[in-house]
Amino acid sequence: MSDFNFFLEVLIGGLLSGLMYSLVALGFVLIYKASGVFNFAQGAMVFLAVLSFVGFMELGLSFWAALPVTIAMMVLVGMATERFVLRPLVNQNENTLLMATIGLAFVIEGVAQLAWGVDVRRLDLGIRDEPMPWLADNFGIFVSELDITAGVVAAVMVAALAVLFSTTKAGRGLRAVADDPAAAMSIGIPLQQIWMLVWATAGVVALVAGMLWGARSGVQFALVLLALKAMPVLIIGGFTSVPGVIVAGLIVGATEKLAEVYIGPYFGGGIEGWAPYMLAVLFLLVRPEGLFGEKIIRRV
Amino acid sequence: MMDMSRTAASQADYVTTANRGFAVGGPILELEEISLRFGGVNALTKISFNVLEHEIRAIIGPNGAGKSSMLNVINGVYRPQEGTIKFKGKRLTGMTPPRAARMGIARTFQNIALFKGMSVLDNLMAGRYLHSKASFVEVALQLPRARREETENREAVEEIIEFLEIQHIRKTPVAKLPYGLQKRVELGRALAAEPKILLLDEPMAGMNIEEKQDMCRFILDVNDHYGTTVVLIEHDMGVVMDISDRVVVLDYGKKIGDGTPDEVRSNPDVINAYLGVAH
Amino acid sequence: MLYREAGQFRTTYAQDSQLLPLWQDKVGMAAILGVGFLVIPFVASDYWLSALLIPWLILSLVALGQNILMGYAGQLSLGAAGFMAVGAFACYNLILRIEGIPFLVALFLSGICSAAVGIVFGLPSLRIRGLYLAVATLASQFFIVWALDKFGWFKNYDIAGVITAQPIIIFGHNFNSPQEKYWVVLGIVVVLTLLAKNMARGSIGRGWMAVRDMDVAAEVTGLPLMWTKLQAFAISSFYCGVGGALFAFAYLQTVEPSAFTIDLSFRILFMVIIGGIGTILGSFLGAGFILLTPIFLNIFFHTVLGKAVDATVASALEQIIFGAMIITFLIVEPLGLARLWQLTKERLRLWPFPH
Repeated sequence: MSDFNFFLEVLIGGLLSGLMYSLVALGFVLIYKASGVFNFAQGAMVFLAVLSFVGFMELGLSFWAALPVTIAMMVLVGMATERFVLRPLVNQNENTLLMATIGLAFVIEGVAQLAWGVDVRRLDLGIRDEPMPWLADNFGIFVSELDITAGVVAAVMVAALAVLFSTTKAGRGLRAVADDPAAAMSIGIPLQQIWMLVWATAGVVALVAGMLWGARSGVQFALVLLALKAMPVLIIGGFTSVPGVIVAGLIVGATEKLAEVYIGPYFGGGIEGWAPYMLAVLFLLVRPEGLFGEKIIRRV
Repeated sequence: MMDMSRTAASQADYVTTANRGFAVGGPILELEEISLRFGGVNALTKISFNVLEHEIRAIIGPNGAGKSSMLNVINGVYRPQEGTIKFKGKRLTGMTPPRAARMGIARTFQNIALFKGMSVLDNLMAGRYLHSKASFVEVALQLPRARREETENREAVEEIIEFLEIQHIRKTPVAKLPYGLQKRVELGRALAAEPKILLLDEPMAGMNIEEKQDMCRFILDVNDHYGTTVVLIEHDMGVVMDISDRVVVLDYGKKIGDGTPDEVRSNPDVINAYLGVAH
Repeated sequence: MLYREAGQFRTTYAQDSQLLPLWQDKVGMAAILGVGFLVIPFVASDYWLSALLIPWLILSLVALGQNILMGYAGQLSLGAAGFMAVGAFACYNLILRIEGIPFLVALFLSGICSAAVGIVFGLPSLRIRGLYLAVATLASQFFIVWALDKFGWFKNYDIAGVITAQPIIIFGHNFNSPQEKYWVVLGIVVVLTLLAKNMARGSIGRGWMAVRDMDVAAEVTGLPLMWTKLQAFAISSFYCGVGGALFAFAYLQTVEPSAFTIDLSFRILFMVIIGGIGTILGSFLGAGFILLTPIFLNIFFHTVLGKAVDATVASALEQIIFGAMIITFLIVEPLGLARLWQLTKERLRLWPFPH
């Protein structure tokens, strides 16, 4: 197999896994857009969502029954978060809120483990994690079907949400709420409903992300660390931009895989553990608001 | 002991008579053709004026005229695209806030920039930064120089506390203080640096009559007792007319008046700007 | 009645800025130090010393470093364990490669190494803040641990991957019993805590807090923002580095990157938040809380439920407790356990009167 084909394979693999990062990061963007809070617990929520989904199925529910049950549960978790964590801290500075969501992440992880145990679960979505025959035969590129499906799903979801935000009434309402909740309320935007919509969407996104990642690497605690990987994606893309999340995810995924494969061997591997963060730091020094984010202006 | 009580009339006398502590001297600050732009917005356009040593100079103008921006330029928070600043005749380039502080310029802010996590005393002590030369090693080991500086700074700050009559709140966290007292503490922090020039951005905003009289008294006393040059932005015309030596009037980023309070008061351009005659 | 300040006047400014102005505090502190140095080593069991007191003191020191950065200078950091690792490996390499270097000198130099690394990773703080800075510190955490693992030089090319820490030899005496290790750790922690307290209460601490509260106003008082922030990172990392070296040499007895994970960084963060951000006492209280919770859980399960607790259940409960405490403290008492202690002292002032 030629070098270029190998490069393409690594690149495509990276881009696809990048799209999956985007999906996780999407949950962050939604919450941030609606409430201005960076929800560090999003990764834990992904974990809880998919773990519960699998758990419900083990308890006897069918795939299509477990889905709405899990989503309903995630909405409840979201509303509880808003009511008990975010609302009491509404006027505090950003550091305080960040630390509170870190605490929340630990609580959710603990609850998930307590409820469902620590065994690694398999999740079978009916899509094979094997190289797609068409690509392999014709181009000599080995990329798994699962990865491609995941990438497509992620891209579709992100695109749909981008459209939703900019064109629909609900989307505009969301942006108004994010900007100034009191003002939004005073012009009649139903705050509670908007927030419920946001958390429901974030919950769905978390569940889908969890399902895809879980199908690929098993439903296990390591999923929580995905949250950490989403942070570079958010920084590079800009915290408030849905399209930014796709582009940034692609960049992070591709960089990570390429660095690991081409530079990794000189150091014994492990580069993908820190490369995305270093990339994010570089971006921060050059363009802190990210590729598509809003510029932060400080008035004296 | 100075006579601490002044009526409005005697304040006017103060300005015009010669019984002030430091007679007005030559130019300490000269601003020439200062232009400041933010993107497409012209905040200041070719502003030129000077500030004489030991005088009290007011900057007035309608909202958005660029007064705060002017102060920010003097003190290095903003860099003007064009124009020069001269301090005691020496041309300055690349002004930054720490550099302005080292040159003896202190300021207060319109929206109170106190250190909310600290007490009044600590805020004032923080204002003594330039007089705290001990390194962190000396402070950590409490070596003699660190201890001596701490005591000396405390003495200096206590003088200011007494002067501003805030003894009763010296250990209170500033976040708990009412607005008027916070403004007074901020003045104290600026004074703690023993500045040559004091830039005050609306020091009396939001105050009632008594508080304003107190602030006027403090400003006049600082000028009289220490000879500090004062540049202040103020909206209250009564205060401006009473305590300032000379006034600069800005409107839409341009200078439309410059002179004594009486001259400025009868300037038709100034009257138009405030009353809004159709252009 | 006992804890009264009445009649104790401070007549000079120097007296007012003393560390312990009230005689009750002076006596109390002397008593605590006396017990700590002279009583506990002879009374406490080896288990208590090795598994509880020593790690508590060491982690308090690290939490102190983290507090300097977060509480006083307001810079969020998730990389404490990374700087600990630098200290541990620096100490190991210094003792290994410099023949006859005294342990305390090596310890000091390890702190300096950590400080240097801290300055490098603190550079982003000059341009970014809050969450963005947290991500930069995450980068430091992952990168440092990876580098120490991958570059064999740090481990002296030992293939086993787990290096034994050298013995602690000060003035020719080998401090290897739990009591002796405890003394070394206690001594170092007491000295460094005193230095930190002096800095925090003096012009240095005010400079940091000014940067934390309003950096523009701090600059206007003449403070050079860049140097002050980097100084905070340097001093904070110094404390974390010394703590890390002690962690390896006096507690684990091994020097390995896997002891300094992101999980440890989170724990240190929790110690600071629960203990009380921006307080020296809080570092100690927070460290104690985090260390003792698993033990209390164990005891609770044993006595109330009458059986040994399942390890996974225990760790899940731990996580829930820590997370819930963080949220609760942030909402109810952001100044943490230290503030609760302060409120208790104020009650003591009036006791037995209600007000």
